[in-house]
Parts: sequence; C-alpha cells; structure tokens
Amino acid sequence: MRISARARLGYRLVTYATIGLLYLPLVLIFVLSFNSARSLVWPPRGWTTRWWTTFFDVESARAALLSSARIGAVAMVIAVVLGTMLAFALQRHDFFGKQTVGLLAVLPIALPGIVTGVALRNAWVRFGWDLGFLSVVAGHTTFCIVVAYNNVVARLRRVAPNLREASADLGATPLQTFRYVTWPLIRSAVVAGGILAFALSFDEVVVTTFTAGAGISTLPQWILNNFSRPNVLPYVTVMATIVIVVSLPIAWLAQRLSDGGGETR
Amino acid sequence: MNKRVRAVLAIVSGVALLGACGGDDGGDAMSELGEGEGQVNLVAWAGYVEDGSTDPNVDWVSDFEAETGCEVNVKIGNSSDEMVELMRSGEYDAVSASGDATLRLIAAGDVAPVNLDLIPNYADVFEGLKNKPWNTVDGTPYGVPHGRGANLLVYNTEAGPAPSSIVDMFSPDSPYAGKISVYDAPIYIADAAIYLMATQPELGITNPYALDQTQFDAAIAALEAQKPIVGQYWALYTDQQAALESGSVTLGTTWQVIVNLAQGNGAKIDATLHKEGATGWSDTWMISSKAKNPNCAYKWLDHIISPEANAGVAEWFGEAPSNAKSCALTANPDHCTIFHAEDEEYFSNVYYWTTPTKECLDGRTDVECVPFSEWVNAWNKLRA
Amino acid sequence: MAGLLGAPLAWLLVVYVGSLALLVASAFFSLDELSGRVTTDPTMDNLAEAFGESAYWSLVARSVGVAAAVTIACLALALPSAYYVSRLARPWAKRGLIVAMLLPLWAGYLVKAFGLRAIFEPGSEVGGGGLLRALVGWSPGFGYVAVIATLAYLWFPYMLLSVYAGFERLPESLLDASADLGAGSLRTFRSVVMPMLVPSIAAGSIFTFSLSLGDYITVKIVGGTAQLIGNIVERALLAPNQPLAAAFTIWPIGIMVAYLVVMGRLGAFENL
Repeated sequence: MRISARARLGYRLVTYATIGLLYLPLVLIFVLSFNSARSLVWPPRGWTTRWWTTFFDVESARAALLSSARIGAVAMVIAVVLGTMLAFALQRHDFFGKQTVGLLAVLPIALPGIVTGVALRNAWVRFGWDLGFLSVVAGHTTFCIVVAYNNVVARLRRVAPNLREASADLGATPLQTFRYVTWPLIRSAVVAGGILAFALSFDEVVVTTFTAGAGISTLPQWILNNFSRPNVLPYVTVMATIVIVVSLPIAWLAQRLSDGGGETR
Repeated sequence: MNKRVRAVLAIVSGVALLGACGGDDGGDAMSELGEGEGQVNLVAWAGYVEDGSTDPNVDWVSDFEAETGCEVNVKIGNSSDEMVELMRSGEYDAVSASGDATLRLIAAGDVAPVNLDLIPNYADVFEGLKNKPWNTVDGTPYGVPHGRGANLLVYNTEAGPAPSSIVDMFSPDSPYAGKISVYDAPIYIADAAIYLMATQPELGITNPYALDQTQFDAAIAALEAQKPIVGQYWALYTDQQAALESGSVTLGTTWQVIVNLAQGNGAKIDATLHKEGATGWSDTWMISSKAKNPNCAYKWLDHIISPEANAGVAEWFGEAPSNAKSCALTANPDHCTIFHAEDEEYFSNVYYWTTPTKECLDGRTDVECVPFSEWVNAWNKLRA
Repeated sequence: MAGLLGAPLAWLLVVYVGSLALLVASAFFSLDELSGRVTTDPTMDNLAEAFGESAYWSLVARSVGVAAAVTIACLALALPSAYYVSRLARPWAKRGLIVAMLLPLWAGYLVKAFGLRAIFEPGSEVGGGGLLRALVGWSPGFGYVAVIATLAYLWFPYMLLSVYAGFERLPESLLDASADLGAGSLRTFRSVVMPMLVPSIAAGSIFTFSLSLGDYITVKIVGGTAQLIGNIVERALLAPNQPLAAAFTIWPIGIMVAYLVVMGRLGAFENL
C-alpha cells in the first residue's frame, strides 16, 4: 500500500498524540504526589516531598502490597496450570461442546466484574463459609484462567503441528515430545500469561470488594479506602508512581515473551 | 392524645409486634466480662472511630488500644442500609446504628441484647436517651446511646446569606440550582416529606416516616422535580467534602463533621438548620450476635460513652453527646448548648431516622403506610 | 485429553457457572418483611421490578450506549495508531511504541480513574477545578461525557493490542496484490484490510464493551449523578436486597452472552 508522506505524518501525529494523552493522567498523579494539599485539584497548592519520605512508614500500605502480592501469586499459579491445560485441550482436540467450552473460557472476563463478584459472594455465603483469603483467590483465579488460556492458545496456534509429528516419527514418547519440543516453544507464552494474570489480579478491585470480607485489604482496596480518607490520599499518589515505575520492565518483559518463540512455519 | 404520644404508642406497638412474632433470636446478653480477645472489628459512621490518622489531635482509639489490648479495626458504613448489610455477614463485632437500622438488626437477629451491668459508663448517659423504642425492645436493651444530632444544611457563604428554609433545596427556582448536594439514600425521602409538610399541608403529613401511598407518591414527585437542580447525590462523605472545597456544591444536606473538614481545607462554608424541622439521628452502639470478640466489644462500648471519648467524638463529629459528664470536658465550653445536648424540647422536633413500616408510625390505623422496602425500590428508580 | 479438560472445566463449571446459576436462582427469592433477611419463598417481584419498570429500561439502554460509545472511541484511536506502529514505524521503534502504549495498563485502574477525575473536575465560579479547567478554562464536568472518556482511556490498551495483532497478521503480499490490481489505499483499506481486521476488532471490542457495560466504580468517580447497570446492582445489594440485585444482574448477563455469540460469529475467539 502506498501512503503519501502527508498521510504518514498524520498517522504519526495521531499515534504520538495518543501516547501523550495516555500518559497525561499518570504524569498528573506523579506531580500531585508532591502537592502539599490533600486533594486532587489543579494547580497544586504547594510543594513538598513529605509524602515520599514518610511513605514507607505507612504500615497499611505495606500490608496491602503484601496482601495483593500473595493473592496474585497463588491465583497466578493455579490459573496458569488450569489455563494451559484448557488451551491444550481446546487446541488439540475436537469434541462435542467445544464451542461452548470456548465461550466458557472467555466468560469470566466478558461478564462484568460485579456479576462475578456478587455471584461468588452469594455462593460462598450460602454455603456458610467465611469470606477471606480463599474466597478472594477463588475469584481472582477464575478470571486469571482466561488470561493464561488466551496466551497459551494463541501460541499453540502459531506452533506448527508437524513438529510434534516429526518428534513422534523420530521415536519420542509423548512426554519427551512435550519436554523437548512443545514446552520450549510455549514456555514464554506460559510465563507471559502468568505475568499478565498476576498484573490483572494485582489491579483488580470489583471482584475483590465483594469476595474479601472484613479481614483482607488488597492494594486496590487500600487505594479506594484511602481516597475516602483525605489525609492519607497523597500516599496513594506516591504508591501509584512506584507501581508505574516498577511495572515498566515487567511490561517490557511480558511483551517480549509474548512475541518470541514458536515462529516456525 | 397529642401526636407525640401517638407516635410513641405506634412505635411501641410495632415493636411489640416484633417481639410477639419472635423474629430471629439474637441470643442472650453476656453475663460476665472476660479477657480481651486482642482485637475488635467495628462498623461505624465516618468520624466516630478516630485514631489520629485523620488529624493527629483527634484520637480516642489509641488510648483504648493501649489500655485494653484490643486493636481496633473499623469499617466505615456510608448509610444505615450499608451497615445492616455489613452486620448481616457476621464479620464485625459492634456497630454504631442509627434508628433506621437498629430495629432491622434486632428483628433479623444480627445483634444481641446488651448487659448494661457490664458497661459502667452507662449510668451517666442522659435519661432522655435511655429506654427508647429504637434501642430497647420489651424492656431488653440492645445497645448504648452514642449521641444524637440533626442533619444540617451546608451552604457556601460567598453564594449568599444563610438559607433558612428547606424550600431552597427543592424549588426549581432555587438560587442554588445545579449546585445542590443530596444524601444518596432512601431515607432522604423523609426530607422530601418534611418539605411537603411545609409546602403542601393539605396532604396531612405529620410524621415523615409514616407516609401513606398518596403522601409517598407526592414525596417521590417532589424528588423527581428536584432532580434537575441537584448537582450531586453523595454517598461518601468525602465526595461532598471535595465538592464543597472545589465550590461545585453550594447547598446541601450534611453532617457537621463534613463542614468542619471542608472548612479545615479552606472552604468558605457554614452550616445551618432550616426552620421546618430536620431529620436527624440518635445512634446506638450495638453488639453483633455473632461477635468473635465480644469482650473487646463490650470494652469498646464502655469506652466510647466514657466522658472523655464521648466528648471527643461529639466535638469532632458535631453532635450532642450521650454522656452528661462530657459537657464539662468539651474543648468548646458551649458545645453542649450549641448542640442542644440537654434540650429534650429541641429534639422533640427532630425527626430521628426510623425504619418506616406498614403499620403507620404516626398511629393511624385507617390506612397502610409504605414500608421501607418500597422506599428502597422508589429511590432506586428515582436514581436510575 | 479428558484429564486435560477435566480440572479446568471442573473449576469453570463448578466455581463459576455454578455461582452464576445460584445467583440467577436467588433472583426468585424474597425478603422477610420484618427482618429483611433472604428467605426461600419464591416470588416474581424482583424480576418484575428489574424488567418491568421503564426507568430501568432506559438505564440499560444508556449503559449499552455508553459501552458502544467507549468501543467506538477506542477503535477510532486504536486503528490509526496500530496501523502506524505495525506498518509505518521504523522496526527498531516498534517495540518501544507498543510497550509505551501498553504500559498505562499497568498503572492501575483506580489511579487512572482518579487521575482523570483531577482532569475533569469542574470547580465553580469561586475557584477550584482540575487540569482541563486550568488549561482551557472549561470542563464538561462529571457526567456521561467524562465517564465515556475515562472508560475509553482505561480500556484503550486492550483494543490496541487486539488491533495491532490483527495488523501484524496481515500479509504484506495481499496489500501489494491489491495495489497491483489498481486499488488506491482507501479502497484497499476498505475492501482488503478491514474485512481481515474484523475478527481482531471483534475480539478487542469484547473487552471494551463488557468492561464498560458493568462498570460502576468509574461512574462513581467521574460520573457525577450518572448511573449505569452496575450502580443499580450495587445499590440493591446495599439496600440490602440481594435477590433484587441478582435480578438486575440478569440484564448484563443476557446482553453479554448475546454479544459474545455475535462476536464469536465474527471470529473473535480465534483472535483473543
């Protein structure tokens, strides 16, 4: 396709403008973390580094970070295992109801979080169990499965099927084929799926609100609660900036892993 | 029989009906106080449980934690309905319930009777708050009074003089149109009823919580007419605070604590009471029937109505304390006068939040009144 | 194979679909009048309320409208950007640009919503106001416009990712062939590129549509007095009236299942 230089410039402008717009609110939050007033209006009332220097003393922030990390880690592991299994089952085999299962695999993300959250809470309470770590993990795992499944299935589609046949022709058992041929090809997709699942769980707030009960406070809940407590609000902007900065290499890694591997045709 | 006695009789008979039906059993009151369990989980109104993190000088929790070893965890309930929902889960030990929550909690068996012998500070509570229909059923006490107050009108001092009438909240040609802030809960329908009491006396409303279908429909119509001039329906107190500080709200129904917080951030606002009479609340600290930390819960109840703590919360929140001795301890010596702590006459004109029932709370027997479940449905539709 | 399928299916069916079924079933329960507790006495009242009242019909229509507007807005920005990064940008810049556009996804939903609140804050004549007000002297304020803008901002990376993957999958040879046959770039775009992109767009739209349809937190943060389906569900839950909330959830469940079926026909599932 031939694109005129003017059109090319136009596309470039739109792209860079979009990037600019994407980062505007984030930069705003970063700047407001130095605001001496405890609210989110512009311009800032004054400047201070107080919030940054005292941030690590805020115990509730540390506890929330830890809580989110624990829940995310457990949900990620279960989701990756189950999601990968599901991807293999759907990609490799034909069976009755395959379309429906495919739909089912997407449903937890396709249905609004409030539906998932309310449904899980209702079921949990009806069975008389206490809401807590397990109920939150159950909720997170459910939508994390989708992410893990998506990543592995996308990779499996790209992996040439004749590789497996070739391996079998050469005398390998299914287990050996998996270990030496399949796994190296999908490994990075599994890891990418895991990273994305963790990120999703880390950031999730709606399902968490309904399944957490009294004892759990994840990072998003901490943020939500502290936006309601104006005098801890500036710490939220600090936390946000830290999360963004830490996420940069992780986002890069996830993208690299998703792209790589399996490009055999 | 004057209307006050009729109202009380109605409440009492309604409550007796409750007792007769049994409802769910909240269990028995504790007979003996044991060792603290190490923590207590509270559901409270914003500003009721302050540990210094909002303002370092506002703290009546740290000394409690140090004395009793009970670490306090508080979940803020933004409305009575939310508090009822939270207590239903059984995960909290105590709740500061307004009158429109207490009877629902008692009927559902979510709160247990309270043994007042285990709460020494109860002795100093104002007599006018003891043995009330919303905290005592069949002579069984279900909690201790926290304090009481009225829902005020907040206004921006630069937008005009203090509004004296509730009409400014509802009239389409209100000078504050578009910048009005309304409490986002079904119980606000009672405020619309008060508006009707003043502007449409022919409807014959005497108790804003006792509305027959005609009166109720009129109240909903008034609220529909109010919608175009409303700038904000606030559920979180911080939302109204932020709007007051930014100036996008210049009139609204409020609590004194919100006004104080916004003034602290420079908002040019003040609070006033409109002449038609206001809705208000008289809150009761109650103990969950499924409390995991009942001993700490009892200790908390005793602490929050102790003279110092009650004075602290009454000043911070802006309400009348329940402990008579608190009046001598408030930083502002006129606090109790300003908030009419000893003025029973004043509070007889405050319409405390109550749960509307089918049996009319004003004593009428010829009609059925609209029950709270219908209030909820109507409010949902109004906000949709 | 059964082993592979068994465990995840068990989870999805038992934990997820099971709870959904319980939820829908609970829509038929009623509340005890005095205590407000949920009983198992069956009633159609909740469904009548959720599906019979015109106020809720317009609420649902508004929610669908907002979700559609968000999807279109995301698409409008994602198409040119994805095309640029995939086809026009220098190869060494490609990865950087894509990561740059996806990174905000990691910043956190709430933080971004509150950031946008600080932008849209209308203030008043007496002062205050957010970034927009400070920069251009005016802001649309809190309402449906702010909600649509915020949701589009939040979900844009999902749409971008899908559309970008779609562009990457387009074989260059096809576009050359179209040019050889005499088609101008616009015609090529319309007749060759777009049809091949439809599955990716459909896949991306699943995220933007469903995440917007059920959102209630953004509505509370930047929506002012606006209400969408999610808010009504939350409101009913806090009443507390769980059966009524369950009845309301049947709306988004029905809409999304229908949407998924349609998107599936368009090939979305192979491109998620």
